[in-house]
This record gives sequence, structure tokens and C-alpha cells, in this order.
Amino acid sequence: MNTQNNNRGAQDHGKGLTEPVAIRWLLTGLALLFVGLFLLVPLDAVFSQALEKGLGTYITAIREPDALSAIRLTLLTAAISVPLNLVFGVAAAWAIAKFRFPGKSVLITLIDLPFSVSPVVSGLIYVLIFGLQGWLGPWLDAHDIRIIFAVPGIVLATVFVTFPFVARELIPLMQAQGNDEEEAALVLGASGLQTFFRVTFPNIKWGLLYGVILCNARAMGEFGAVSVVSGHIRGVTNTIPLHVEILYNEYNYAAAFAVASLLALLALVTLAAKSIVEWRMKVSS
Amino acid sequence: MLSRIRRGNVLPGFGPTLGYTIFYLSFIVLVPLSTLVFKAAGLTWHGFLEEVAAPRVVASYRVTFGAALLAALVNAVFGFMLAWVLVRYRFPGKRIIDALVDLPFALPTAVAGITLATVYSANGWIGRYLEAAGLKVAYTPLGILVAMTFIGLPFVVRTVQPVLEELEAEIEEAAVCLGATRWQTFRRVLLPTILPALLTGFALAFARAVGEYGSVIFIAGNMPMVSEITPLLIITKLEQYDYAGATAIASVMLGASFILLFTVNLLQWWSRRYAER
Repeated sequence: MNTQNNNRGAQDHGKGLTEPVAIRWLLTGLALLFVGLFLLVPLDAVFSQALEKGLGTYITAIREPDALSAIRLTLLTAAISVPLNLVFGVAAAWAIAKFRFPGKSVLITLIDLPFSVSPVVSGLIYVLIFGLQGWLGPWLDAHDIRIIFAVPGIVLATVFVTFPFVARELIPLMQAQGNDEEEAALVLGASGLQTFFRVTFPNIKWGLLYGVILCNARAMGEFGAVSVVSGHIRGVTNTIPLHVEILYNEYNYAAAFAVASLLALLALVTLAAKSIVEWRMKVSS
Repeated sequence: MLSRIRRGNVLPGFGPTLGYTIFYLSFIVLVPLSTLVFKAAGLTWHGFLEEVAAPRVVASYRVTFGAALLAALVNAVFGFMLAWVLVRYRFPGKRIIDALVDLPFALPTAVAGITLATVYSANGWIGRYLEAAGLKVAYTPLGILVAMTFIGLPFVVRTVQPVLEELEAEIEEAAVCLGATRWQTFRRVLLPTILPALLTGFALAFARAVGEYGSVIFIAGNMPMVSEITPLLIITKLEQYDYAGATAIASVMLGASFILLFTVNLLQWWSRRYAER
């Protein structure tokens, strides 16, 4: 049905089912101009600016000690936040999709909350609790535990901004799949965990992968929230995006874009993975 | 009451999963957010208003919400156009462009920020032509508009695309049989069907642009009263240890976020009802 709707221009036999050719060209041209100005040129600019001073400068910028520690911190943050949010996403999706209970829409709205809160506010709320003047500040200081301006604060802020991704992906998917297969497994004597791993998981694995990919991309790229909690201590509490900011503000453009290109590559990989997963989901349904 | 809930739910794991979900949500979201509210409520009403209605702060609201509104409008128009072109026409490279629409989602905001600032600066690839035409983009409110348009681009396209794809040909064919011109068909048959999704996309793009920090601060001039966005003002106050001020302004932004979230939910409910008719 869908293939009959799309690309009607070439198959139009009557008048009035699609726009006149001139309008079609105009709309396509305008849309492509929009895409060019806002998507294509910036995408190209990242890589050409990174390589402007040659491949040698590019590699030096990435192997510089502060850059390497930024990369390490980013990877560590993602390695902690993504699995945590994965477990949460699966648990929340199971509770919401497979059961009926009052207050479900409130729960779903709460899960969507980080999407509508500004990243700066997301970071601020953790400073208010764990910062030196915050709620737990004096207690933490007395026990010499540092959360804000240290790695744990960065992980917390990252967990906050990325936790909806897996849940949001799984909830509609599991709701659409319904309970029948799981109930059948139950009737046949499977335990809860068996049901999950052998019945539910194969059905949701592409959606789960997609959610994890998005979660990871956001975890590695988060800037605003991490900027507030990190303290910008070079070599210690700088993630890749923060390091890019420092280099850019020092007018070290080639190095800034070199490090930024790593994240741009990650973005392209994310987009490619998204396309593949969508194709697999369409194939398997 | 628990037995009433339990009756329809035969699958195992309800208690643990719901319990863990609520625990996680409370620890990561609810407690921190309510701390913000409590801290803001700790100010006297007078003190709160003083912080929130100061001239510099009000100027930042004007810049932030004004630019976000304009950017969302631009995205509504061009995003709709792009969705239409992607769903209905054929042209080379369509699949790649379709995948690239999600770039603002996937690209970290800092990378987007420095790239847009460079491209639209006085000797940047696009900036040099605009500058020759007299339009200064970088370090002006116009730059903020550009960054916010970039960040909101996928929202309208991705909410309108599914609706366009599911439109049935019969409706348009019926309109043609009844004598409608193409424009009439578009305006009176297609547009009302797409309107809920379009408004939802607009609201989502607006909400995202209002809170945006990383993509905007590099290309904005960040001059108080002229091109300073509210999130930047919050950070500036934090750096000056003005926790009261930062908290007050942040609670205003949080309130705006809740209103927008509520509006988006309402719009999505409306489009679902419309689709079911």
C-alpha cells in the first residue's frame, strides 16, 4: 500500500493527484537547499577543518595527553551509564508494557522528563545536592568524598540525560508485541527469567540495540550537563566535548576539530547503525 | 486494591521491575529535581522575583524564547517541505538525505556548536557570502537562530513523515473526483490531517531549542542583554557562586519545560484521537 503512495510523480496518470512539475522541482530544490545549508555543509566542515593542517597535526592533536585522558573519561562514563540505563530501560519497559496499573501515564511522563529539561538545569540539580554548598555537601566534604568536580558527578549527570533512550524505544515495541507469547511460555512452565530471555528478548533485540546505540551516542556527546558538574579540570574531569571546547576557546582550531571529528565519526556510525537496525526491524516484522 | 491490580496481570516480575523503576527514577530524577524546587522555594517570594525579573535575566528570556520560537517556525515550514519531498518524490541521494536528517540528534552539541560557529563566521564557507550580502550571523542573535534551527531540524521531519506515509491515496483521489484543484486538495484535505503531527513537531523543536546550550554558545555573542541565552546565564551565576540566582532562574526554565512537556503530551493525545477517527 505504501509503495503505491510514494513516488507518485513518476506514475501519475491523472491531473491533480500530484503537483505540477515546476512546483515539484521548486519544493525539492528548496528542501535540498535547506538540507545543504544546515546539514551537509556543517558535516563536511568538521572533517575538512580537522584535516586543514594536515594529517600529522591531526594525529598529534588526538595523541596529546589531555586529549587521551578526555577520551578515556568519555569511554569510562559511557561504559558505566549505558549498562545502568539498559537495565533500567528493560525493567521499566517490562513493568509498563506487560502490566496494567494506575498511574502508568504519570510514570511514562516522568521517564520522558530529561528530554524536556535543559542540560544545564540537569547538571545544576546535581550540584545542588552534592556540591560544596549543596544539601549533602558538608557531609561529603567531611568524609573526603568528591562527587561534583570529579568523575562520579559526571557519571550521574550523564545517567540523568540518557536514561530515557532505552526505555522509550522498548515501551512502544513491547506494547505492540503484547503479552500472548509470554503468557504461553508461562503456561508451558517457564520461569520469569526463562520467559524473558528466551521469548521476550529475541523479539526486542533490534529495538534494544537501537536504544543502546542512541543512549551511547548521547552519553559520549553530552556537553551542557557535564559542563556544569565537571569543573573543567584539564586532564582529570574533561570529557571529549569539554576538551573540544577548551581547544576551541584557545583558538587551537585544527586540534579542536581533530578531536571533534572523533565524535562526528561516532555520529555517522550511529546514523548507519540506526539505518541498519530499522531495516532489520522492518524485515523481521 | 493490590489484588485488583494483580487480577489482570499474570506475568511474573511486576513487583521487582516496578519497584526498581520507581527507585531508579526517584534517585536519579525526582530527588534532584525536587531539591531544585525546594531550594528555589527557600528564597522569599520577593527575593525570587528579584532574581527572576532582573533586566539581564528578562533580556535572556527574550533572546532564548524568541529565537527558539522563530527557529521552530522555520523548522515547521522547511521540515514539512523536507518530509513531503522525502515521502512523495524521487531524486538521487534520497536515502542518504533521509538518514542524515537525524544528524542533529546524533551529533554532540559541542561539535555542532564549533562547526556552525566556524561555517557561519565572517570567513566561513557560508558566512562569507552572507557577510558580503550584509548579514552578520556569527556572534549575533541571528547565529542563535541558526544553531536552534539546526538542533530542531529532525523533530518536525520525523513527526510528519509517518503521517504522510500513512495517508491513503483514496482520499486524494476522491477529492479530485469531486473536482478539487491540487491546491484545494492540499489545503482542505491533506493539511488538516497532518496538522496535529506538525504542531507536535513544532512544540518538540521549540522545547529542545529553548534548553539548548552546547550548539548555541559558540555561535552566539554571549553579550548580556543582547545575545545571552538563559542557560548561559545560569552557568555564569553558578560560577559566581550565586546559587540563589541560578536556582531561581533554573526553576523558571524547569517550569517552562513542564508546560511544554504537558503541551506536547496534549498534542500527541489529540493526534492519536484524530488518527483513530
